[in-house]
Amino acid sequence: MKTLPGRDHPLAIAGFAGPALLLLGLFMLLPLLFAAGATFTDHRLVSPEPTRYVGLENYRRLLALQVVEVEPLRDAAGAALRDEEGIRFPTWRQTRRARPSLAQYRPAWQVGFGERRFVLAATDPLFYRSLINTFLFALLVLPLQCGVALGLALLVNQRIAGRVFFRTVYFAPVVTSMVVASIVWSFMLNTDRGMINELLRAVTGDPNVGPDWLGEPRYALPAIAIMSAWQGAGFQMLVFLAGLQSISPELYEAATLMGANAWQRFVHVTLPGLRNTIVFVVVSTLLLAFGLFTQVDVMTQGGPLDSTTTVVYHAVRTGFRQQDIGYGSTIAMVFFAIVLLVAVLQRVLVARGENA
Amino acid sequence: MKPFLRTAFLIAVMGVLGIVFAAPLLFMFASSFKHDDAIFANLASWSAFVPDAGWSLANYVAIFERSNLPLFLLNSTIIAACVVVGGVLVNSMLAFSLSRMRWRGRRAVLSIVVALMIVPFEVIAIPLLSLVARLPWPGIGEGALTWHIGWFNSLHVQIIPFLANAFCVFLFYQFFRDIPRELDEAARMDGAGPWTLFFRIILPNSRPVIATAAIVLFIAAWNQYLWPIMVVQGEAARPVQPGIQQFFGRSNSWGQIMAYASVVTLPVLAVFLAFQRQFVASVAGSGIKG
Repeated sequence: MKTLPGRDHPLAIAGFAGPALLLLGLFMLLPLLFAAGATFTDHRLVSPEPTRYVGLENYRRLLALQVVEVEPLRDAAGAALRDEEGIRFPTWRQTRRARPSLAQYRPAWQVGFGERRFVLAATDPLFYRSLINTFLFALLVLPLQCGVALGLALLVNQRIAGRVFFRTVYFAPVVTSMVVASIVWSFMLNTDRGMINELLRAVTGDPNVGPDWLGEPRYALPAIAIMSAWQGAGFQMLVFLAGLQSISPELYEAATLMGANAWQRFVHVTLPGLRNTIVFVVVSTLLLAFGLFTQVDVMTQGGPLDSTTTVVYHAVRTGFRQQDIGYGSTIAMVFFAIVLLVAVLQRVLVARGENA
Repeated sequence: MKPFLRTAFLIAVMGVLGIVFAAPLLFMFASSFKHDDAIFANLASWSAFVPDAGWSLANYVAIFERSNLPLFLLNSTIIAACVVVGGVLVNSMLAFSLSRMRWRGRRAVLSIVVALMIVPFEVIAIPLLSLVARLPWPGIGEGALTWHIGWFNSLHVQIIPFLANAFCVFLFYQFFRDIPRELDEAARMDGAGPWTLFFRIILPNSRPVIATAAIVLFIAAWNQYLWPIMVVQGEAARPVQPGIQQFFGRSNSWGQIMAYASVVTLPVLAVFLAFQRQFVASVAGSGIKG
């Protein structure tokens, strides 16, 4: 058959589009559909039992949540009992015995206001811990990484000698794999003999200073956030750089003629000009932050005391290590819902920017 | 005098930040040549970032003798090479059909490809695991073709799912869209079919985007970690990233760990330095989209 200009034989079209579409369908769309279906079953990777339909049981197990107010222990006169750590509260076991509806629940998180204590109890407390950790990590890494990246981009955008060299240096961690970066930083963050604590001791002159970065719950996640920002900032820097270079120099000239100083030019020309770039950088940083896995797997395995367990880490632990595909897929789907929400938010922000 | 001071200040700031960003990697390279005791000797001074007088290749010799690093390097090289070559081919072909052929459903397919770009691999990793456990793979047993079920512990399980890449399709699509149509028409007047047009005219004129896609695919394939730890248990098909993670867990010689890390990092750093310009273009391109 002769093909006319602009008209192609169906076989040629299939030949060109087919392979990639087949692969995308088989290895992306099908797993997505499969995951959505698996969330309603108790499917396991290897199991002698047939897979059963369990309805919304996985979602219930994952998301079930109760806020419980716990009363302090009281003496005969009704005053709250105290010890050296403050007001004494009953153990979770005692609380649960008093309230049968809490049978399957374990505490995920708690806050106290004076004599009142509220416990967030869930059937999968680790999921809520990981959700909180994931958002906490995003909250730490987002301003740090984006701020550093914007600063770096402004620097290497100046017409000074060595800017290409420095751009290369700042970008080098990005091509270093996360596994290697995690290993090198594990060494630098070592409590007794790590470089960062050695430096802290040299600067402060105090030989006892220096936290146990990866061994203490309150430092572990911030330490991973700093390391992640170091590894990823170079990428965002290049995106910002492209954004900066797309701003017309005439705008800067006009601003200068009107008497604007460097700060005013930054606020009134650079930031508005970078609007969509900023939205893109924030969203892509957020999505990467939500996917936090490798650093945790290599550096802390979710510890200490679950302080670095993230949603993806939790999903991999249940879905892969415990081979519970149905439940792991449920976590993945909830994670995907969060990602979609962020993507929709990006669309809205960009659309609003274009209408303004 | 003022502009001079400003330049000096900016260079100083860039230098300090440069040290912060380069320090961990310099430290890694420097330590890889040192004896374990020497690594800990002067951590808070500049000497931590340069090889000492007693530098040697002993750590490198040890990791090649003591571990299966050569095998892991070979596995990663095969995986990355197949993903790059196959990926460039299938993604550019789909982009060609989307941008220069007319067929029903073309727009819908393009929207799906763009939508797929936001699906993180972490979302599909677990269902994909269950899927590849059920896929058949041909083999030759006793002179006859046999099929066995499950793709685990193989190289193809680390290659085939990563060939098609929505982001790469989109990169090629954007580039092809801007190639003048007259080129096609002239070729078609001369009787060229789509295959000739694609392989003789479009692809040879697409070197920058091919380089960009190849780099994106190479870095992703070489740095793959989550997927191989899920699908590869034994050492035969293990690539370098899980390899170094395992070595890190077993070894107590920091010099050797750093040598291992250096060997794993050097190929990507070399690719990056060789293709810097395309790299910058690829990242810039990924950022400028509405």
